[in-house]
Amino acid sequence: MDLVTFGVQLLNAIQYGMVLFLVASGLTLVFGILGVINLAHGAFYMLGAYLAYWIAAYTGSFWIAMVAGVVIAFVVGLVLENVFIRRLYGRDHLVQVLLSFGLILVIDEAREILFGKDVHSVAPPAWLSGSIQLTDNLSYPVYRLAICGFCLIVAALIFLVITRTKIGMIVRAGAENREMTRVLGIKFDVVNRYVFAVGIALAALGGIVIAPISTVFPGMGDGMLILSFVVVVLGGIGSVAGAAVGALLIGLTDTFGKVFFPSVSSILIYVLMAAVLLWRPNGILGRREV
Amino acid sequence: MADAVSRVALRASGLHKRFGGLKAVSDVSIDVHVGEIHAVIGPNGAGKSTLINLLSGELFANDGAITLEATDITRLPPDRRARHGLGRAYQKTTIFPKFTVHENVRLAAQARSPAPLRMFGSVRSDAAVRDLAAQAIARVGLAAQTQIVASDLSHGEQRQLEIAMVLATDPRIILLDEPLAGMGQVEARGIIGLISSLKAGRAVLLVEHDMDAVFELADRLTVMHDGCVIASGSPQEVRMHPAVRSAYLGDHGDAA
Amino acid sequence: MRGWFIPVVLLVAAIALPFVVPTYYVQFVSKAFIMGILAMALNLAVGHGGMVSLCHAAFFGLAGYVLALLSPGYDPASLLLTLPAAMLAAAAAALIIGALALRTRGVYFIMVTLAFGEMLFFLFHDTGIAGGSDGAYVNAKPEIAIAGHQLLDLASPMAFYFVVLFFLIATVAILTMLVQSPFGHALAAARDNERRARSLGFPIYRIRLIAFVVSGAIAGLAGYFAAAQFGFVAPQMLGWHLSATVLVMVLIGGLCSVTGPLIGALVLIVLEEVLKASTDYWKLIEGLIIIVIVLALPGGVRQLWPMIFGERSEERPVRQAAPSIVEGRNG
Repeated sequence: MDLVTFGVQLLNAIQYGMVLFLVASGLTLVFGILGVINLAHGAFYMLGAYLAYWIAAYTGSFWIAMVAGVVIAFVVGLVLENVFIRRLYGRDHLVQVLLSFGLILVIDEAREILFGKDVHSVAPPAWLSGSIQLTDNLSYPVYRLAICGFCLIVAALIFLVITRTKIGMIVRAGAENREMTRVLGIKFDVVNRYVFAVGIALAALGGIVIAPISTVFPGMGDGMLILSFVVVVLGGIGSVAGAAVGALLIGLTDTFGKVFFPSVSSILIYVLMAAVLLWRPNGILGRREV
Repeated sequence: MADAVSRVALRASGLHKRFGGLKAVSDVSIDVHVGEIHAVIGPNGAGKSTLINLLSGELFANDGAITLEATDITRLPPDRRARHGLGRAYQKTTIFPKFTVHENVRLAAQARSPAPLRMFGSVRSDAAVRDLAAQAIARVGLAAQTQIVASDLSHGEQRQLEIAMVLATDPRIILLDEPLAGMGQVEARGIIGLISSLKAGRAVLLVEHDMDAVFELADRLTVMHDGCVIASGSPQEVRMHPAVRSAYLGDHGDAA
Repeated sequence: MRGWFIPVVLLVAAIALPFVVPTYYVQFVSKAFIMGILAMALNLAVGHGGMVSLCHAAFFGLAGYVLALLSPGYDPASLLLTLPAAMLAAAAAALIIGALALRTRGVYFIMVTLAFGEMLFFLFHDTGIAGGSDGAYVNAKPEIAIAGHQLLDLASPMAFYFVVLFFLIATVAILTMLVQSPFGHALAAARDNERRARSLGFPIYRIRLIAFVVSGAIAGLAGYFAAAQFGFVAPQMLGWHLSATVLVMVLIGGLCSVTGPLIGALVLIVLEEVLKASTDYWKLIEGLIIIVIVLALPGGVRQLWPMIFGERSEERPVRQAAPSIVEGRNG
């Protein structure tokens, strides 16, 4: 493999990892702060992609699709948290797993009713649809680079909000000691609602962003869900930096795996997870001591 | 009563434990003899909890060694230490809340029976285990509550239950982590009497804040401060020790 | 003696069933029994062990695939050879997955089992083993034969039914024995308070791993017969949606008993049949029903018993089912 091809694959790996990180951070947010394991997280990724397709087809603009998609996902998140998700707080994991599984069935069927079960493709926005010339005969799609940049910006934004703003402080305090923050009079119900909405908006955003370079199909949510879980397991308990490392590792494993071992590439990720579990059961950046 | 040379049941030498940059336990050595109650005292943050966790195996020491009778248990996990004869009661009562008093103690007795993980035959058939459990329950005074579900017991009764469980494993050494915490005067009297009776034939290490109880119960005392041992000896010696007076006992009059 | 009455009645009904109802229902009940075995197997891990596993379909499907792979062309395979092989394969998979997954706690355990289950799915979906995404056929039902003499031909639905019923009863017997044994009590103790169980001297990791492997092996038993009955295996048999569906059966039936999940399996299978026949959008209704049941009956359908039959004095009113490996935010 020559250097340029390697470079292209590396960029692909990073881009894939970034989208994965975006979706996985939504998952970690919901789990870390609300204590809820939400199997339907992947379903929102899928919904985001279908929304992007449908709105882009209807309005002709990808940008409108992106903004509208995120807003819709956010609002749905607010409503869903109020009606359903908050019944999961404090329940044991089995209950949360089953309730979110039931939610997946509902969302899947809803998607089929609204958008059908066809496979679609979405065109990227015009000014991003070209390619950058890397060498005489190799070019790289601008859109993929844009994804990397975009995900970095979103990640940085989240980081800033969580660490530098008052709302971020409240969220972190709630994750550490819920009772105490409640005693201090902070309205947790509202905070939880926004955290959940942001969490699934991130998943939907991932789906929207990936739509132009991947096919939009009914089963895409499942794959992303499990990969997000693997990211969280790899990266370590409660570590956002770990999730970034995990996402990148998966991106690299999957991309280069497809190049060198195409028939077993889908299994390599799990082999990687097995290896990490043997070596560091708490994740790569998780706590050492059991 | 006491042998000329009392057997050492548990010996820890040169224990160190760091958490990141924080030294929780520094070069701590301690031994506990059969037939004695050896109390460990010290202000909050002195490292007592860390020490007891190091001894029971829930934390591993960065340095140092721990032997239980003749066996080196430094690298053994908690369940293997238990099988070698180490028993522990926790500061926060750690029992099986959904099981009855009988089942709680029966499980403890089962753990030390010859076939603790036998996969056939009902537990009811093992009379030896059942009898051991009944004895331990009677010993702590809970015979009347045998069929009560553990979570329905009072706080003091749950403490008694935990001690019964530890007794049912027939340990060589018992680690008691603040057994009197959260108890009223009357309940505490009962537990103090029970603790005192535990030392017959075995070694007891007691971590406790209640100074009256400590001086009543302890045969020997070790004082910790900032992760180090600052004094060790008989209660009288320790009481007079200047370092101890300034670091800890001097404030005792104001402490709860 | 009242406790014996209902099981005996049910057993008699089960034995009489194939003689009084049409073949379609015999096959339907066989399928329900098979799923019941799977659900009871899962409950050993989930209800008794406190391990919420999302990969049991992988053990189920793997055993089915082993039958397909070991079935010679168009001749029937020997049950006496292929069934142990299938269960062994499932047990081996459970050993490897369990050994790795049990290094984690709480939610992480669930995620890891989910991931490894998916790995097995991809193994059969993406590679050429047994037809890839197209699946493979089991062309002839296995037979029970010794030295060339056929004792039982499972192609007959009635024979198949009784063989499955036999294994159902055997499963109930084995699981009941396990649960009442010292091992079973130690497993329950580890679920109820892991720290205390460990400090009493119980080897927690080993206990859980054994339970997980036994659970996986019995799931394999179910998968073998599922493949034999359906005559076809596909990667979906290993999919996590099936794992989750079986978890629903376990919850509906109640986690605290051995036979509860059998009832849960029956309820869910009947429900699915009814829904599929009524509407194209049955998944939506099923999803909503699952949500309602889980929210309303955390203790399973058995919570309804006292309301229907009147409360029995020796039973505690509602058994709170709260199994999960002890929370470890920090491990």
